[in-house]
Amino acid sequence: MRSILKIAAAVCAATFAAGAAHAQIGACLITKTDTNPFFVKMKEGALEGAKANGIDLQTFAGKIDGDVATQVAAVETCIASGAKGILITPTDSRALAPVVRQARDAGLLVIALDTPFEPASVADATFATDNFLAGELIGRWAAASMDASKAKIALLDLNASEISVDYLRNNGFLKGFGIDIKDPTDIGDEDDPRIVGNDVTNGNEEGGRNAMENLLQKDSGVNVVYTINEPAAAGAYEALKSVGLDRQALIVSVDGGCPGVQNVADGVIGATSMQFPLLMASKGIEAIRTWADSGAKPKNSPGLDFFNTGVRLVTDKPVSGLESITSKEAMKLCWG
Amino acid sequence: MAESDAESEPAGGVASFDAGPRGPLDGLRAFLHAYPTMVPVIVLALCVAVFGLLAGDKFFSPFNLTLIIQQVSIIGILAAAQSLVILTAGIDLSVAAVMVVSSVVAGNLAVKIGIPAPLSVLAAIACGTLAGAMNGLLITRIKLPPFIVTLGTWSIFYATALWLSGAQSIRSQDIDKAAPLLKFFGNSVSLGSARLTYGSILMVVVFAVLWYLLNRTAWGRHVYAIGDDKEAAELSGIRTDRTLTSVYALAGLVCAIGAWASIGRVGAVSPQSFYEGNLQSITAVVIGGISLFGGRGSILGALFGALIVGVFESGLRLVGVDVLWQVFAIGWLIIVAVAVDQWIRRASL
Repeated sequence: MRSILKIAAAVCAATFAAGAAHAQIGACLITKTDTNPFFVKMKEGALEGAKANGIDLQTFAGKIDGDVATQVAAVETCIASGAKGILITPTDSRALAPVVRQARDAGLLVIALDTPFEPASVADATFATDNFLAGELIGRWAAASMDASKAKIALLDLNASEISVDYLRNNGFLKGFGIDIKDPTDIGDEDDPRIVGNDVTNGNEEGGRNAMENLLQKDSGVNVVYTINEPAAAGAYEALKSVGLDRQALIVSVDGGCPGVQNVADGVIGATSMQFPLLMASKGIEAIRTWADSGAKPKNSPGLDFFNTGVRLVTDKPVSGLESITSKEAMKLCWG
Repeated sequence: MAESDAESEPAGGVASFDAGPRGPLDGLRAFLHAYPTMVPVIVLALCVAVFGLLAGDKFFSPFNLTLIIQQVSIIGILAAAQSLVILTAGIDLSVAAVMVVSSVVAGNLAVKIGIPAPLSVLAAIACGTLAGAMNGLLITRIKLPPFIVTLGTWSIFYATALWLSGAQSIRSQDIDKAAPLLKFFGNSVSLGSARLTYGSILMVVVFAVLWYLLNRTAWGRHVYAIGDDKEAAELSGIRTDRTLTSVYALAGLVCAIGAWASIGRVGAVSPQSFYEGNLQSITAVVIGGISLFGGRGSILGALFGALIVGVFESGLRLVGVDVLWQVFAIGWLIIVAVAVDQWIRRASL
């Protein structure tokens, strides 16, 4: 009798434990850095989503952009912790592939956020801004806002690694502007004479300023400036202003951070493509929950090899044939 | 070559070693041994000449030359702070982090809280000095190696800056509205197409003041003595711990002044800029011929070192060299600079 009770108690306990395990699963969020407001917002979205979906979320981040080693260690820690899924913004779209394969072999669902892997199929799914489209929108806006045949274009990119988000935005911009981009995965292989040059910014103000100065050195007639993100755009503007050329050039950018949108309102940035990091993260968390419950993996947007979380053009000088929102409307949607 | 000579007539080779005639190269070496500061000056002149030939008028334009000074000004100021520390045979990996945290303090106080700008700047300078003093006290009181202490505080100060700023930059336009004084060093004087920013002038002033302190005061002599041989300095009555702490605190103060200049240069208070500033400052110091073993070299060398890097980068860019190869070239420049330095030092043997 006693032993039957014991067994019954054990079964009860086991059932209860299993029930708890079903409710509470582990997941990891691995961002490029913990410093960029974009990723801060992403983390916010993920933590909120995790709470709502009964997920125990661990977060990790590289120290700087390009810090592959820390991200690899984070994936390994995550596998060891028995988590069900990983949301990751790969800091190097190629170098992290082997460790992600390990994670998938160990039965985890891996979702790339913001930056696709190369190829995208390295991860189970990608939730990202259509970065090529983001670039294309500001390219089309710039071309429609000026006499495109007289353009002198400065391209302010991220860094020497030429990761996917870097070439997608850069080449998207050029295509939108109407320039033959040749290899869509290569930056700087174009031979259109309207391009003054490329330089790298590390995505911050200091780098944006240096890079702009360097390109002005090559040709002080620069009148269109593409920038990888809004801090770089702010730096570029300072460089132009310091030599009194701020009225001569249109600056375009990608991101949609609140300081960037404010810069659109202030006329520093002509147009920027807004992306939605919070949405990427919360959708990612939901996908891990669904997968843990039913085994169903998220599906891509039609015609793309990733799930598009949307992009909107923000400008106070709209051009015809190109849908956009004003900086005032964008202030309500911005992140950071 | 030398080896095969030695094999063929070993005895003669050894015997003629001291008696050999001095060629022009030996003369140059002896001259440079007597005047070590001339090495970076000569290298700088060579770089300017070579890139002037390769890149032509664009390189030599007053605009470009003053732009180079402007672009190296912040790293130059950090290199001045770094030189102080390296002269004591120490190293400070936290210089850039001290600078960034000080700039965030100034920005937060002046723009976000609305404290008068002059007070905010003073608070930032006090913050930098305290951070430097913290390095110094950890090194002298707890007897930890400078490398370890500043490796730790690098992360600590960097994280503090991110926390204080919420990882967000303070925009240029907001600074203009609330506290334009923070961007004071971004102003410039124009002479024709030359544009000398106040920040560039500040860099030169910082070097001049530190040169004076190091070469014309007892404190400066003590700094060199400690770098040369700490025990001997202590035996001769120098209060080494106190001097060392003052060196790190002064380095912190210089970094905080650099912070003020950096706001003018970047245009914003940017917690994410200058992440590699510490290594760039060490590069400038090393290329400037200051020995990492302490006690040897002139602080002016670091100024020339910073300028050499600036000229190199500008020149390579104007010639159209890819970023990747600019980094590659700077790497070789460091190794060649130290090799030449070693070669000159052996002239005394």
